[in-house]
Amino acid sequence: MSTEMTGAEMVIAALADQGIEHLFGYPGGAVLPIYDALFAQEKVKHILVRHEQGAVHAAEGYARSTGKVGCVLVTSGPGATNAVTGLTDALMDSIPVVCITGQVPTHLIGNDAFQECDTVGITRPCTKHNYLVKSIVELPRVLHEAFHIARSGRPGPVVVDIPKDVQFAKGAYSRSKDFQHKGYRPKVKGELDRIKLAIELMQHAKRPLFYTGGGIVNSGREACHLLRELVQLTGFPITSTLMGLGAYPASDPKWIGMLGMHGTLEANLAMHDCDVMICIGARFDDRITGRLDAFSPGSKKIHVDIDPSSINKNVKVDIPIIGDCGHVLEDMGRLWRASARYPDKRALEGWWKQIDGWRARKSLAYKNSNEIIKPQYAIQRLYALTKDRDTYITTEVGQHQMWAAQFYRFEEPNRWMTSGGLGTMGYGLPASVGVQLAHPKSLVIDIAGEASVLMTMQEMSTAAQYRLPIKIFILNNKYMGMVRQWQELLHGGRYSESYMDALPDFVKLAEAYHAVGIRCERPGDLDGAIREMIDVNKAVIFDCVVDPAENCFPMIPSGRAHNEMLLGDSAVSVEEAITEEGKVMV
Amino acid sequence: MSSTGTTHYPAATLSQQVETHTLSVLVDNEPGVLARVIGLFSGRGYNIDSLTVSETEHERHLSRITIVTRGTPMVIEQIKNQLDRLVPVHRVVDMTVAGPHIERELALVKVRGKGENRLEALRLADAFRARVIDASTESFVFEITGASDKIDGFIALMLPLGLVEVSRTGVVAIARGPEGM
Repeated sequence: MSTEMTGAEMVIAALADQGIEHLFGYPGGAVLPIYDALFAQEKVKHILVRHEQGAVHAAEGYARSTGKVGCVLVTSGPGATNAVTGLTDALMDSIPVVCITGQVPTHLIGNDAFQECDTVGITRPCTKHNYLVKSIVELPRVLHEAFHIARSGRPGPVVVDIPKDVQFAKGAYSRSKDFQHKGYRPKVKGELDRIKLAIELMQHAKRPLFYTGGGIVNSGREACHLLRELVQLTGFPITSTLMGLGAYPASDPKWIGMLGMHGTLEANLAMHDCDVMICIGARFDDRITGRLDAFSPGSKKIHVDIDPSSINKNVKVDIPIIGDCGHVLEDMGRLWRASARYPDKRALEGWWKQIDGWRARKSLAYKNSNEIIKPQYAIQRLYALTKDRDTYITTEVGQHQMWAAQFYRFEEPNRWMTSGGLGTMGYGLPASVGVQLAHPKSLVIDIAGEASVLMTMQEMSTAAQYRLPIKIFILNNKYMGMVRQWQELLHGGRYSESYMDALPDFVKLAEAYHAVGIRCERPGDLDGAIREMIDVNKAVIFDCVVDPAENCFPMIPSGRAHNEMLLGDSAVSVEEAITEEGKVMV
Repeated sequence: MSSTGTTHYPAATLSQQVETHTLSVLVDNEPGVLARVIGLFSGRGYNIDSLTVSETEHERHLSRITIVTRGTPMVIEQIKNQLDRLVPVHRVVDMTVAGPHIERELALVKVRGKGENRLEALRLADAFRARVIDASTESFVFEITGASDKIDGFIALMLPLGLVEVSRTGVVAIARGPEGM
């Protein structure tokens, strides 16, 4: 069955057919026909953002917290270029997003027309795939294909660029049920022989370790459930990347904390010393591996990933398994149960003893104060007062993000939205808008830094328009904290341009955005102030004034290995700990 | 610089030898597909020694791209996987490892000269099985087909005889035997 309609109407029909309820966007000349089609219907609700970057981040938050595809609509030229940061962010963190961009009419393309840019050219390297739709005949197929590509395989952003004349043109719309792409077929089932080899390796392990990532969260709740089962079955310790937090409950004793540059001592030393590493849905990013030639030197490595290009990219692995984490975990669990052999129990006990010894060093410890709020303490109190609620956390990028990852403990997947790969300051506030829309009754908190949050502060206006009670919890240290920390460690304490001079009065700023402003400067007042923030059924900007000199530890300095970690107490010797070559890295 | 050689770059690649590989890539013949392939190479810092592309199956809208590239084995594996990840790419075959195959290139070579040089150019062209496809009283254009090093050899010989310019197609490749890619 096909129906005759305009291209603009097809866009809305396709979104509705895909089950899209919220569309984040900003109108402009080249998308006016689509906005006109939006006006006449109630299936798809449009959320008007204040900047196109915010639209993409909101869609990312929406997608990450629901497992659905996030959807964006922006105009040509500046609309499209403003969306580029968000698209790149979604590509790096494998977030499914479909972004529809308007384009000047086909006869003007290449003519330097008003608000024209080469959208497909500009977005080619920052999308999983993109399209320029030059004929109404292609439009229905392309729209549905875009959603298929965005959500399947390794998810990512897809741009559909639609010239204005195609939006006006009339054609036949239909959604073919048995859609299959000509060449694109991501492999989801892992090779059984390889999985058998992996299980055999795991059974002979003496010092095994699960190293998991965002791929498990992307794979879905079932994958997270299967991971939990496998960890319980095997009794192996588990660590995770920043993106994978929540896939495994932080309250479980098998959980040894996040790994990487600001991960726990026990997680990083376990990575360094393990003999069998089971990497599932993570990609050996440089924040994780540290110095590559000293990365987990004695281990056999199993790597499960849906993207073949992630295999052997940075680290050579012994057993690569290409497939969806969920499918592979299911096979692993089944094979483990079916096999009579179990790993050397004595060895495993010894391994746990070693890990517990590292744990006892309490690498996240910090010196608290009665005078000034320590940022770590603020997150701990925030966690204590919100953990029994239905809470979602987003973050900006910097020290506060790392403290949030270290001190907020996640029990469930899809509760943690952060910009990992691209490290986009300004992600958290618009992301919280998307999360709150998807979960209107839940408590949504953006753990922010005062520098990051100013990059997309205008989205407070979006929150006001849709009465979204998001909570912006700013750890205000009056510095670009992570920049200041690196300048202290690497550049002789010369704080070049990292001081946020002339910050706004965040309480007044909140009021200007029809929100509630709360400032807290003393540790003793913190609990009461956080409770007040939670109880207000309105958007809140919480200005938590924290120790400006606090650094984020533990830390693996650039160019160092996992076993060369700096702990909080040993921070004095940091300067000697970083080599000349380490300084040139970021 | 410290002597520890600390680096964030894959250490293994430093000890691996750089190899030259010929890749055959079957793609949908759609707008922008070549830009995707080239953009991938420039964006990720891979080398292109030679690249040829043309539609090979009209009904199915398929084009075949032949790329000659250089890199360590780890980088070559990355290139193949990254190419395969592009949505319009159907297949990537590494001809260098897939088995015996034939590589050919075509060049048009313009030589200007009179007297003995002119005769010598003709004699050498004959030896290389290059054909004369254009002639004037003071010039020839030769068409030569063969492996790249044969063409390199021919061009080197033409240089002192009055080489004016060369136009080359780049390498095309196909596997020996009855099987297709």
